[in-house]
Amino acid sequence: MKKLKGWKNIPIGGLILEAGNAKDYITGSWRTFRPVKLREKCTNCLICFIYCPDCSIKVKKDKMEGFDYNHCKGCGICANVCPFGAIEMRNENEYQ
Amino acid sequence: MVKKQNKLLPLTGNEAVANAMRQINPDVVAVFPITPQTAIAQAFAQFVADGDVDTELVRVESEHSAMSCVVGAAAAGARSMTATSSAGLALMWEILYVASSTRLPIVMPVVNRALSAPINIHCDHSDSMGARDAGWLQLYSEDGQEAYDNVILALKIAEDKDVLLPAMVCLDGFITSHSVEAVQLLDDRTVRRFIGAYKPAHPLLNVQKPVTVGPLDFFDYYFEHKRQQIEGMENVFKVYKKAANELSKLTNRKYPLFEEYKTKDAEYIIIALNSTCGTAKAVVDEMRKQKKKVGLLKIRLFRPFPKKEIAKAIEKANVVAVLDRSASFGSDGPVFLEVANAIHDMKKKPILAPYLYGLGGREIGMAHIRQVFEELPKVAREKKTPAVKYINLREK
Ligand code: SF4
Ligand code: SF4
Repeated sequence: MKKLKGWKNIPIGGLILEAGNAKDYITGSWRTFRPVKLREKCTNCLICFIYCPDCSIKVKKDKMEGFDYNHCKGCGICANVCPFGAIEMRNENEYQ
Repeated sequence: MVKKQNKLLPLTGNEAVANAMRQINPDVVAVFPITPQTAIAQAFAQFVADGDVDTELVRVESEHSAMSCVVGAAAAGARSMTATSSAGLALMWEILYVASSTRLPIVMPVVNRALSAPINIHCDHSDSMGARDAGWLQLYSEDGQEAYDNVILALKIAEDKDVLLPAMVCLDGFITSHSVEAVQLLDDRTVRRFIGAYKPAHPLLNVQKPVTVGPLDFFDYYFEHKRQQIEGMENVFKVYKKAANELSKLTNRKYPLFEEYKTKDAEYIIIALNSTCGTAKAVVDEMRKQKKKVGLLKIRLFRPFPKKEIAKAIEKANVVAVLDRSASFGSDGPVFLEVANAIHDMKKKPILAPYLYGLGGREIGMAHIRQVFEELPKVAREKKTPAVKYINLREK
């Protein structure tokens, strides 16, 4: 973990002065279930991308390219909305 | 140099406070009625209707919303105020902490009134005393003049970059809020020059420099942010002195951390706050004529509590009676606890005598205060803090 600053060296009141730094906050560790893509079923409809509340569906050239596991919290919404059953939620234990 | 001032005006405490708000000309004021504060909201709404101020008046649906409204407005970069009493303050509770923790210098007159139940609209201090740990400055006012001065002083201190904390200015419900007294207002321009323009460092409305207000804050930084708040409170003392001196030059009135009324050689001292101090001064004057060495220490700044200074001011007394107008059920009164804490490590210290009085507006007159002074020599002889005594309470 990076070194945290002392109280004299942070903005008061919990203010965050720089924009767009949520990406520095690794929320992926909160996950208990992990979404896994079943490549053969995916049609790249990108409905999962629209629904993911954490912007954790990776898309490249209109193709669904898997998940940003640093920020995916494992809510399972993507698996729920996928019309083709192409996302499976697996227990995070399997990956420890 | 004392500036030319308007003459004395007959104003109620609430009108005096509303006039301070008019002169401050806040960007946003949230209003919600509650007795005995309502007259502040009403008078201020009239100023808005008459075009005397540029304020955006927001009529909210509860005090929780009033506080939320001024928190949002202050974070956006607006100078923001509201006022309340009793249950209204209680309903604001959650957001009081948001205001102080977000370091928003909101100034709020609190017209002290008892809390329900049974329902009671009259004065005691259980509302603001309950909020003493909410991270707000608290200034207490003996009369309408002091309430007026305190609002202007509080704003100057609250907005100082070394403080940036909200402030309550307390005055007694009905006794002060609805009594007409002679109040001297500064002229509007003098007040505006004294407070200056409000320049928040990171207003939300500055879209060129976007900031996040009130984000999630866990075990990694929350504690550090609380430590900063403690520091902000600690800084109040030096900022207070500077602002008080500056205001003194304009009004020719003094604003010490607390007022020492004939305490210098006093053997017996009463500590109290708000309107009771006026009554106590009259008793002190009377008893002084009879060569009794008595005095009054009137607390003005209760948060932060100037404990070193107060300890020093009472160290030579034999007995100090501490008068609380709010009960801390299961413990001693809040003012008593502060004073006891202030003197606890002094070598030679006075004996303290706790008193509880005036709950729900129960009358406290000169005879009651005289009786307190007359009980103190016995405490001195017995050399120990007696059990709390209840002033003007029926036992049977
Ligand atoms: S919703 Fe399902 S099918 Fe559509 S892109 Fe996502 S994983 Fe593929
Ligand atoms: S599990 Fe939730 S957070 Fe993770 S990718 Fe799916 S929708 Fe996004």
